[in-house]
Amino acid sequence: MLELDTVTAGYERRAPVFRGASLTVAPGESVGLLGPSGCGKSTLARVAALLHRPDAGRLVLDGTEIRAWRHRAPRELRTAVGVVFQQPRTAADPRLTLAEIIAEPLRATGRRTEADARVAELAPAVGLTADLLTRRPHEVSDGQLQRACLARALTLRPRWLICDEMTAMLDASTTAALVAAVEAYRTETGAGLLAVGHDRVLLNRWCDRTVEWKDCLPAEDTP
Amino acid sequence: MNAADPTVLRALAAVTAGGPPATGRGRADDAVLSVRDLTVRFRLRGGRSVAAVSDADFDLGAGECLALVGESGCGKSVLASALLGLLPGNAEASGTALLADPSGAGPTDLLTADEKTLARTVRGRRVGLVPQSPAAHLTPVRTVRSQLEETVRALTGTPRRARRKAAEDAAERAAFPGGHLDRYPHELSGGLAQRAATALALIGDARLLLADEPTTGLDRELVDRTVDELRRHVDEGRGLLLITHDLAAAARVADRVAVMYAGRIVEIAPAPRFFGPTGPRHPYARGLLDALPDRAFTPVPGMPPELSALPDGCAFAPRCPLATDLCATRPEPRAGVACHHPEHPRA
Repeated sequence: MLELDTVTAGYERRAPVFRGASLTVAPGESVGLLGPSGCGKSTLARVAALLHRPDAGRLVLDGTEIRAWRHRAPRELRTAVGVVFQQPRTAADPRLTLAEIIAEPLRATGRRTEADARVAELAPAVGLTADLLTRRPHEVSDGQLQRACLARALTLRPRWLICDEMTAMLDASTTAALVAAVEAYRTETGAGLLAVGHDRVLLNRWCDRTVEWKDCLPAEDTP
Repeated sequence: MNAADPTVLRALAAVTAGGPPATGRGRADDAVLSVRDLTVRFRLRGGRSVAAVSDADFDLGAGECLALVGESGCGKSVLASALLGLLPGNAEASGTALLADPSGAGPTDLLTADEKTLARTVRGRRVGLVPQSPAAHLTPVRTVRSQLEETVRALTGTPRRARRKAAEDAAERAAFPGGHLDRYPHELSGGLAQRAATALALIGDARLLLADEPTTGLDRELVDRTVDELRRHVDEGRGLLLITHDLAAAARVADRVAVMYAGRIVEIAPAPRFFGPTGPRHPYARGLLDALPDRAFTPVPGMPPELSALPDGCAFAPRCPLATDLCATRPEPRAGVACHHPEHPRA
């Protein structure tokens, strides 16, 4: 279970972006969080991805309440959650090849030796050819780079996946392809999904249920 | 340009005699822009070249919105840059792109016009650009009012005392709220920044508007509002070339849809037929629509080819469910569709 319980979050001393937000994602479940731009849903996604420390409230991952925040949440918990952001250009190191981008989580966790095998598994799953893997971000399209960013989120086989407007910059065909890749991974591993976005039609089609962001709080919506 | 060239003559006929040719529906009675055989190549090191746009042919009438749709990297934005004379130095453009002149002088070929002509008479004055990311288009260190007044001064020569009023009028035309004029770009929401950029594009009262992905990253409500506002300017008699990968936005405002694949326009169809029950005829266009989440939500298999290594035949054949041996030769456009086996209308 990924559980946010009356969470308040914000940035430094400014007023919180939201107060008392609660949201749960059951194992294997896919939940869509819908809201207009600027409503705070990306901040909530960052909290759920253990990238942003909430100011108040409880954050529980698979039964463990996350208390031991220092600079960040503990690594063994963070690596259980994969994240894909909206803008692949700002989410990928421009100096690395796509293969290196996908392998980076393994390198960062001291498992470099597994990198080649894992990249070879992931590339076809997200539709990247061997030729594209040798290129750097400026040599590929937004859609191709976002495929690499999705693969990177799956590298460590996370039990949870957070997609924050993953397809907002992409055309219809690439969107459908990336959603299919996420769903194939979830079918294989039983991972849970929180998909954040503003496209109601897409999230209704993609997710088991959607949650509407109302009055600065997510309100439970259609099952 | 060579006046004896048959493509030039066809284009001239479209611009001067009025009425887009039979390929398009066009609600317009005269073409603002007439593009024939527009081809753009980028030369790379080592003698390679990238075929960004090949043989683009279309007309755009006054009061008409033509949506140019396709996957990212298909050459849509390069086409817009070519029309504004903003291609980088290693690009070569050929063909013609005739921009009608309302004053009665002859049309201007945007591809051969010199930089002085483009800078002094075309950009901003006869062609307005609504940019992709308004936040990056606006100067971050100056207020919206100051940027509008500067553009008013540069484009219209309005005397100083009338500029403030002219800038406020321009903001109003783009539905930019007057109370926000003294704000800086970072203080604006995405939707308001888009309106500020649109206000700038409208100051020169250009009859042709180019909107290059004006809605990327905006939420659906803002997308609808942005394209509805663009539509309002079309209904005032401007021609709009809307470059977008957002099919829902195109369905909302376009009169005609041009589908681009690997640098070529593979189908041009009236929007009601394209998005309606009949549907498009090119298998790629049908695949794009089938990828929508409110339709089959199935991606077109595979990925688009590299523009530096296009096949001799139909570029879509490797991904096409209907491909046959015929597809090793390139299909010529017939009745608005370039395909050897265009699908019949859906039953």
